[in-house]
Amino acid sequence: MDTILFYAFAVLVLGGGILTITRRNAVHSAIALICSLLGVAGLYLLQQAEFLFAVQIILYVGGIMLLFLFVIMLVNLDREANERQFGKGWMVALAAVAVVGAEIGYFLYRGRDAFHIAEGGAVPGAAALGNTEMLADSLFSEYLLPFEIASILLLVAVIGSVVMAKKRI
Amino acid sequence: MNFLDQIWLIPLFPLFGAALMLFFGKKLDPQPASDVAVAPGTSIDAEARRRGEERLLGSAQSPSASPRLRVNAVSRWLINLICPGMVLLSFVFSVGAVYQLWQLPNRVHQVVQFTWVAGLPFHMANGHLATFQADWGFLLDPLSAVMILVVTGIGFLIHVYSTGYMAHDNGYYRFFGYLNLFVFFMLMLVLANNYMLLFVGWEGVGLCSYLLIGFYFHKKSACDAGKKAFVVNRVGDAGFILGMLLMMSVLGTVKFTDVNAILRSGQFPMETAGFGVLSAMAILMFFGATGKSAQVPLYIWLPDAMEGPTPVSALIHAATMVTAGVYMVARSAALFHLTPHASMVVAVVGALTAILAASIALVQNDIKRVLAYSTVSQLGYMFVALGVGAYWVAIFHLFTHAFFKALLFLGSGSVIHAVGGEQDMRRMGALKDKIPITHWTMFVASLAIAGIPGFAGFFSKDEILWQAFSSPLGSNLLWAVGLTTAGLTAFYMWRLMNLTFYGKSRVAAGTHVHESPASMTVPLTVLAAGSVLVGWLGTPKLWNMGAHFRAFEHWLAPVFPAVAEAGEQSSSTEWALMGLSVAVAMIGISIARYFYLRKPEIPDSLEKTFKPLHTVLYNKWYVDEIYDFLFVNGLSKGGGLALGSFDRNVVDGGVNGAGWLTRLGSKVSIWWDTWIVDGAVRFTAFFVKTLSYPVCLLQSGRVQSYAFFVVLGVLAFFGYYIAR
Amino acid sequence: MHPVTTVHYLALSAALLLIGTVGVLTRRNIVVVLMSIELILNAVNINLVAFSHAFGNVNGQVFAIFVITDAVAEAAVGLGILIALFRNKETVRADEIDLLKW
Repeated sequence: MDTILFYAFAVLVLGGGILTITRRNAVHSAIALICSLLGVAGLYLLQQAEFLFAVQIILYVGGIMLLFLFVIMLVNLDREANERQFGKGWMVALAAVAVVGAEIGYFLYRGRDAFHIAEGGAVPGAAALGNTEMLADSLFSEYLLPFEIASILLLVAVIGSVVMAKKRI
Repeated sequence: MNFLDQIWLIPLFPLFGAALMLFFGKKLDPQPASDVAVAPGTSIDAEARRRGEERLLGSAQSPSASPRLRVNAVSRWLINLICPGMVLLSFVFSVGAVYQLWQLPNRVHQVVQFTWVAGLPFHMANGHLATFQADWGFLLDPLSAVMILVVTGIGFLIHVYSTGYMAHDNGYYRFFGYLNLFVFFMLMLVLANNYMLLFVGWEGVGLCSYLLIGFYFHKKSACDAGKKAFVVNRVGDAGFILGMLLMMSVLGTVKFTDVNAILRSGQFPMETAGFGVLSAMAILMFFGATGKSAQVPLYIWLPDAMEGPTPVSALIHAATMVTAGVYMVARSAALFHLTPHASMVVAVVGALTAILAASIALVQNDIKRVLAYSTVSQLGYMFVALGVGAYWVAIFHLFTHAFFKALLFLGSGSVIHAVGGEQDMRRMGALKDKIPITHWTMFVASLAIAGIPGFAGFFSKDEILWQAFSSPLGSNLLWAVGLTTAGLTAFYMWRLMNLTFYGKSRVAAGTHVHESPASMTVPLTVLAAGSVLVGWLGTPKLWNMGAHFRAFEHWLAPVFPAVAEAGEQSSSTEWALMGLSVAVAMIGISIARYFYLRKPEIPDSLEKTFKPLHTVLYNKWYVDEIYDFLFVNGLSKGGGLALGSFDRNVVDGGVNGAGWLTRLGSKVSIWWDTWIVDGAVRFTAFFVKTLSYPVCLLQSGRVQSYAFFVVLGVLAFFGYYIAR
Repeated sequence: MHPVTTVHYLALSAALLLIGTVGVLTRRNIVVVLMSIELILNAVNINLVAFSHAFGNVNGQVFAIFVITDAVAEAAVGLGILIALFRNKETVRADEIDLLKW
């Protein structure tokens, strides 16, 4: 069952991704991205990361993609649809990425037996505490500082985007 | 009083007189407003002359006068007392000293005042060590005794004459000052005991000659003549100095007594083979003598020196200064005795001068010019005598010549004075009765110079001719030249006499011809007496008149080496030669009388027939022009041009070249700076730009290409780990 | 069928990464480029979570939370810049914005 779900979600993710980068219409790309993100959320759930699944849906899909869609609306990309959409050196880029992919594939192939240990020990103590609780424990004790810094980062981002988008400072 | 020890006073008296005149004379004899010394012969009309005569005070005669002259009688009297008086004192002292010298058994007396030049030791030519030293010392021996008597005696007479002659000229005090200065220097010359001190006097008389020739300094010809005299003298002095230095180097001393001792000691052999170092010495010193005594090639200054006043011509250029050369060669008799070839040069030069000058004198019209060339000619005789080894004969001729030549000059001055400044003989004539004293004294002098027996000139000239013939160093040719010159001398002297005193009067109308005052005629008379009498001191041995009549030779014998007697000449030859010379003189006199008295048209026709020869003789053989071309234009102007072009082309060329080089260097520097230095800078920039260009191309400004490079970096990174 | 191991998740993550990279490098539309960047970030998240699941601790998930936070901030600011850029140049084409060209 896991396997089938995995492959289903994998197809969703990869398909969405490919659609995202190939659609002419930006809105279509955004929708495809939403699908991809939903697939990723499903993958999180498969790996018992419930909190992340929820956050992914709420934040990513509900927040960021909406933002994207608003911006697409703002910049009014109708004209764009009739023009060439890929850059001039797309073949070179494709080739380079293919080579990198081959290299990564090679790494994965060489290390495919490296994670057995992890495979064995499934999730000890996962039933004792819920995933959210464990996450909270870790986030607010061990990773408190990064958490605070992340909040400052968000503050900066808010201010920055407001400044960027203003007509006159 | 011991005159011998006080011989230093003899030159000092005239020096004192000169100092008084030259320092205080201007106060004594203030000049009129215009300081022009009026030379006789410059154009002053007769009317003004007469006016001047009327205004003159205290003088019996009235010669030509400047109209604006005011004569201060008292000061003139004072000057007349001082200057001739000093010379008279010198004369008296000289007589006393000579008398005392005569008493000495060994007739040499030396007085050394102090060491004048004390030098460092030096190496002579033969390697010995010697010290150059010259004293301020006086030597009185028979030779210098003769000279001081001549200088002071005739000098005194000429001073007296000048008081009359220069009475109407400005610059009276100046004239006497210079004249006294001259006597001082001449006495220093003859009394010196070494060549250095002699040279002091030598130069000093040259200086005074210049001052006195250019006495009428407002006249350009006088100034030029003075300069010419000095410059030509200096050319000769160069030879004298070289000879003196050579003497220092070879003999180690310049003192007469020491030099004679060394030369007679036999250290140096007689240079019969050729020209050795002694001959060089002798010829160099003789060259100096040619300058001073107006021989070929440096005689050219003497005729021009007639620009000076006549007393100056008489004293300096007849009796004393020009004889300095003869005196110096006689003093160096020991040297010339050892160098027969140099002596021959002396004799040949003397003979050549004698006949050359006589030939020029034949056609001159200025009375003083004739006498000047006559002086040159007679000096030539003296050098012939020196050259053939008859040293005492040369001094004897010097002695007699001083008398009759001074007399001739003073007489000519008197004549010029009489005809109011005219010097051209063609405008004289028939003056015999108008100026008798002048005429008769000049008559005596002319007889003397022509060589008529009984008069002074005959004895000395005849002795010279005999020595030229008979001496081992003489030759028949020298004798023949001397004889011819004697004939020419007689001719031109009597031409002078005939044109001046006899014949028809050609004097300009309105000229008041008058005899000169006593101050002028008395010296003339004294000199005339001398011209007759002094000759008898040197009668020929042939006449056998006794020792007293050969006193001159005996007096001078200790000074000179013995003349080698020519024993094989018989007395009949001597009589024959004597007669021949007298005959030649008489022929000359009679031809002159025929040409100028009886048939005056003959000279003119002769002149027309032989026009080219006459022109050459009249223009003095063009010697002055030749010298002008060679030396004046050639050396100085041509040399100046050459040096000027050297300066323009080489020196300025060098400077310009340096400038050009600098500009070239700056061009190179500019090129270097532009291409190399700036080039390096620009190349650096170019290099960086070129290298950076490919890198520039990567900066496209597009973010995606930057991202592409990131991916490439990842690719490489992974590739590295795969490869490892 | 093979069981789904961690390697599968890693391979999926790598594939998504490469897709995202291709999108970043290739597409001219800047909005799509930003979306591709989101793809890359999600690929990273998948990787992190896979490892977290494999090792049994939550560190990976914590890190994934931070990645999401970062992605949010970056998307916001990036889109703000895009709007500012669009306002100036009237274009959202990546290859037309080359003002910093040499």
